[in-house]
Amino acid sequence: MSVNVLAATEDPYIPGPSSFDLPPIFGQGTIVTKPMVQIVLFAVLAFAFLYFASRKRALVPGRLQYVGEAGYGFVRNSLGRDIIGSHDFQKFVPYLVSMFFLLLFNNWAAAIPFIQFPTFSRAGLVYGLAAISWLVYNYVGIRKHGLGGYLKLQCMPSGVTGPILLLIVPLEFFSNIVVRPVTLALRLFCNMFAGHLLLILFAMGGYWLIFQSGVLGYVPVGILAWVLFTAIFFLELLIQFLQAYVFTLLNAMYIAGALADEH
Amino acid sequence: MAVDGNLNMIGYGLAAIGPGIGIGLIFAAYINGVARQPEAQSRLQTIAILGFALAEALAIIGIALAFVL
Repeated sequence: MSVNVLAATEDPYIPGPSSFDLPPIFGQGTIVTKPMVQIVLFAVLAFAFLYFASRKRALVPGRLQYVGEAGYGFVRNSLGRDIIGSHDFQKFVPYLVSMFFLLLFNNWAAAIPFIQFPTFSRAGLVYGLAAISWLVYNYVGIRKHGLGGYLKLQCMPSGVTGPILLLIVPLEFFSNIVVRPVTLALRLFCNMFAGHLLLILFAMGGYWLIFQSGVLGYVPVGILAWVLFTAIFFLELLIQFLQAYVFTLLNAMYIAGALADEH
Repeated sequence: MAVDGNLNMIGYGLAAIGPGIGIGLIFAAYINGVARQPEAQSRLQTIAILGFALAEALAIIGIALAFVL
């Protein structure tokens, strides 16, 4: 379907999924792209932040140490202790903290001028993270309950008996073992993807309306688009934080589910 | 200027109504709960965000399919 709206002076840039196919950085033929550089860069930055925040360990914390401790305590208490339980959350704290800060730094990369690309709007990187999460929660579950016991825990809800099990067991297996990593990955990927696409749309739409359309009456609409762009940018900051939180929260929930004692 | 459209996006708009209502209900219940019992906020918050993430997954799967199909 295409509709001729008006004759424009220039062809507009139309945002779409192809806006995320960035060319290789070092020219044709090489394979390193911007998201690949970003994930390494921000992993190093997240490490440096936590390292320098915890290096001095003064009794009266400085500014950096205070921020680091607040972030660490937030993940440790609200994600680790409250969800996995005070008995065995300790050994998962390093995993959860590194996961959270890797995600947070990479998501906020979308808000840094001249970088402005959410690393996890490329699905491949997110599938990698989800695969790590899948391996971790299945491993701890199988290690605690054994393979049979773990599958029973995940696939047979307690209190269900009789022929209904024929229906419940495949469904639970499908939902808890097969689909979980996919929805986990898709949630993060699509949030970053859709948010960034929305920002490109408002920015380029406003640019077209103001400078390229050639119609004076469109200029106020373009300015309105840019005002909305600014508002959505701040909403995105919140969503980027929230998605890092939700991803880590679900990781902790899956681990807690795999560790749960049978009822 | 040629505006290329896709009916998928209208379908996605319709599909997003459901999760939208769902998320609204979840946060309405959360606000109600906190208003009645402010000390339960930290417990309710985790549950609310989890419910939000699960309801949102439907919208997210919708947008993925809207681009793919």
